[in-house]
Amino acid sequence: MKKMLAAFAAATMLMSSMPASADLIVPNLSYRTGPYAPGGIPYADGFNDYFTLLNERDGGIGGEKIQVPECETAYNTEKGVECYEATKGQGALVYNPLSTGITYQLIPKVSADGIPLYTPGYGRTSAANGKVFEWVFNYPANYWDGASVAIRYLLDQNGGDLKGKKIALVYHNSAYGKEPIRTLTELSKKHGYDLLQIPVDHPGQEQKSQWLQIRREKPDYVLMWGWGVMNAVAIQEAANINYPMENFIGVWWSGSENDVLPAGMGANGYKSLAMHGTGMDYPLYGDLKKYVIDAGKASGAGDQFGSVLYSRGMYAALVISEAIRKAQQITGKSNITAADLRDGFEQLEITEARMTELGLPKFGQPFKASCSDHGGPGAALLQQWDASAKKWNLITDFIAPDDEVLTPLIMEDSAAYAAENKIAERCK
Amino acid sequence: MLYREAGDFKTTYVADSQTFPIKFDRIRYYIVVAIAFGVIPFVIDDYWANAVFVPFLIYAIAAIGLNILTGYCGQVSLGTGGFMAVGAYACYKLMTAMPDVPIIVHVLLAGLITAFVGVLFGLPSLRIKGFYLAVATLAAQFFLVWLFNKVPWFFNYSASGQITAPERSLFGIAVTGASTPAWAKYLFCLIILFTLAWLARNLTRGSVGRRWMAIRDMDIAAEIIGVNPLTAKLSAFAVSSFYIGIAGALFFTVYLGAVEVGEAFGIQKSFLVLFMVIIGGLGSIFGSFAGAAFLVLLPVLLKNVLVGRLGWPTDLAANLELIIVGGLIIIFLIVEPHGLNQLWRVAKEKLRLWPFPH
Repeated sequence: MKKMLAAFAAATMLMSSMPASADLIVPNLSYRTGPYAPGGIPYADGFNDYFTLLNERDGGIGGEKIQVPECETAYNTEKGVECYEATKGQGALVYNPLSTGITYQLIPKVSADGIPLYTPGYGRTSAANGKVFEWVFNYPANYWDGASVAIRYLLDQNGGDLKGKKIALVYHNSAYGKEPIRTLTELSKKHGYDLLQIPVDHPGQEQKSQWLQIRREKPDYVLMWGWGVMNAVAIQEAANINYPMENFIGVWWSGSENDVLPAGMGANGYKSLAMHGTGMDYPLYGDLKKYVIDAGKASGAGDQFGSVLYSRGMYAALVISEAIRKAQQITGKSNITAADLRDGFEQLEITEARMTELGLPKFGQPFKASCSDHGGPGAALLQQWDASAKKWNLITDFIAPDDEVLTPLIMEDSAAYAAENKIAERCK
Repeated sequence: MLYREAGDFKTTYVADSQTFPIKFDRIRYYIVVAIAFGVIPFVIDDYWANAVFVPFLIYAIAAIGLNILTGYCGQVSLGTGGFMAVGAYACYKLMTAMPDVPIIVHVLLAGLITAFVGVLFGLPSLRIKGFYLAVATLAAQFFLVWLFNKVPWFFNYSASGQITAPERSLFGIAVTGASTPAWAKYLFCLIILFTLAWLARNLTRGSVGRRWMAIRDMDIAAEIIGVNPLTAKLSAFAVSSFYIGIAGALFFTVYLGAVEVGEAFGIQKSFLVLFMVIIGGLGSIFGSFAGAAFLVLLPVLLKNVLVGRLGWPTDLAANLELIIVGGLIIIFLIVEPHGLNQLWRVAKEKLRLWPFPH
């Protein structure tokens, strides 16, 4: 008993978190285990590798090295809170948890602690309203933009008319999957299509009944808000019922190699939205290969290089590093604080010229943030899977969302949040 | 030497029937309570509160609740996650509907509402038991989670179906919401846990508890000697659900602040609390604490050692953590099927005889 107690006491002393350091610290709340790992692993690798590249090639940002301590959340909110608290004390500059659930946890916490939260393409959509959400940024696009872009694309395909069409939404039955419902309902009023809501419960391995329902109802189009194993299962099931793949469109979180490869040729023609370009025909990948992959400094197993979600993690890291640069430029010092970085995020502008300079021409849309606009323009591309070449191909240019419908929804939702939490509007 | 009954004289029946009959035990208990109330609140920081103490305290409440039902009354339940969800959603609806009422009232009311729901789902226990009852409570788990996901009234028609705890304070100090100081969170949960544990200890020692235990040990014999199975079983369900509901309310309001029902209160939560009770020891209050500590603190500790100190990759550490915790559970249950509490009891028994083991 005594031995056990002594061991326990020794162990509890070890529980205190790591000491702070002088470098710029950007924690990576990643998940490499659990049902969402197929999405979490490539994203985390891309995120780490971009910062490794900056450290190796440029010696960091503005002469400051970047440290990326990783913490495993397993997509679980309790572990996410633990990770947040553990890394907060080290002087974290910004959080990017890649989970809508954890984002909802962290929004009030980061606002109280004064640390920016960057959630590109996920998280709380109405955080696009910077007047209410001072510390949260979700440019260049969010879920409601995605829903609107998908409908715009379908309008385009149908000569501008969706009257009488039936559109099914297969969604992850969680905060994440429910996000687009409000927009799609609103848009159905405007364009006259029928919306069929089909929820899939966590983690999404069991979808037989949902796809039987789709076979029975025969919707003209199926939209999907899925993540992790749910995507691969859905695409396999759609192939099993011979659903026409070109009428099946996933959100950008349902459009990676891991989702379509298991279904083999059955997935041929499946479409998904994309926040950014796909493939490796950009100069930056040459640098990544030279300084990170070939140097043996790649994160994880190094086998995700160039995949869709790897590029997304890399893109998120790129935006963060640009914001750090901006903050250094504003304050005139290299060792910035979390509060400085917030200003950097708010005044960030990424132009096409800058993207070319960074080695990613025509990869992401140019955007400019402001005090009230934390959401960016919200345009998205469409990509289609070519199963024989095992390659995603971009099939459209950037499509802009329908802001006429979205802006009032964002205002309404953020106003409700402000009222609930007694937040006064900024940016007068 | 220190741990013995000799010389510890008792002259009244009250003194003789106290919870800690041995002086050393009593002193130890007072010291633990004094440290918990008098020292930790002054040294606690955000990490220790949010990652270690608050989840431990809340899971301890849930474990005591399930222990009352399963350990003391012998009714197997897999519906803990669902009942925690009832507590959380009840508290959310009360907090948003009546913002001016103190938060402690909402938490207690959430417990009462859960008690009512628990009694409803406890009704089948009058006819069925064992595995059959486990399946009935499993149905409660799935039904409740489905209900809170399906009906928008429960989450105030928010776009995402998440519920978020607004800031509420007690005596002018915030206890829910993001700006809550670490010590306030800790103390709020600790006071509730202390009260509930004290209450549970005394309930189980009294006639109510003896009725529960009679039903657990042999329900037919209990009925013959005059225990009413209806009131005994339903009161166990009510008290147990009250505790679990309060744990759910605190889990949502104080600990996480925002909750998604499928993720936070899914079936794995029911299993987690059941494992706490089994590992800690069925039918013991101390066991509930020990089980909660084992399953909440050990993973955090392993993570900090493997990733924080040894610098291992996070995925390797996460998988190893599952293997170690799972392996320890198996070893514990082989070595001591009655849980940590039995180890503790044997250790105390040995200490009483020491240094003369015969």
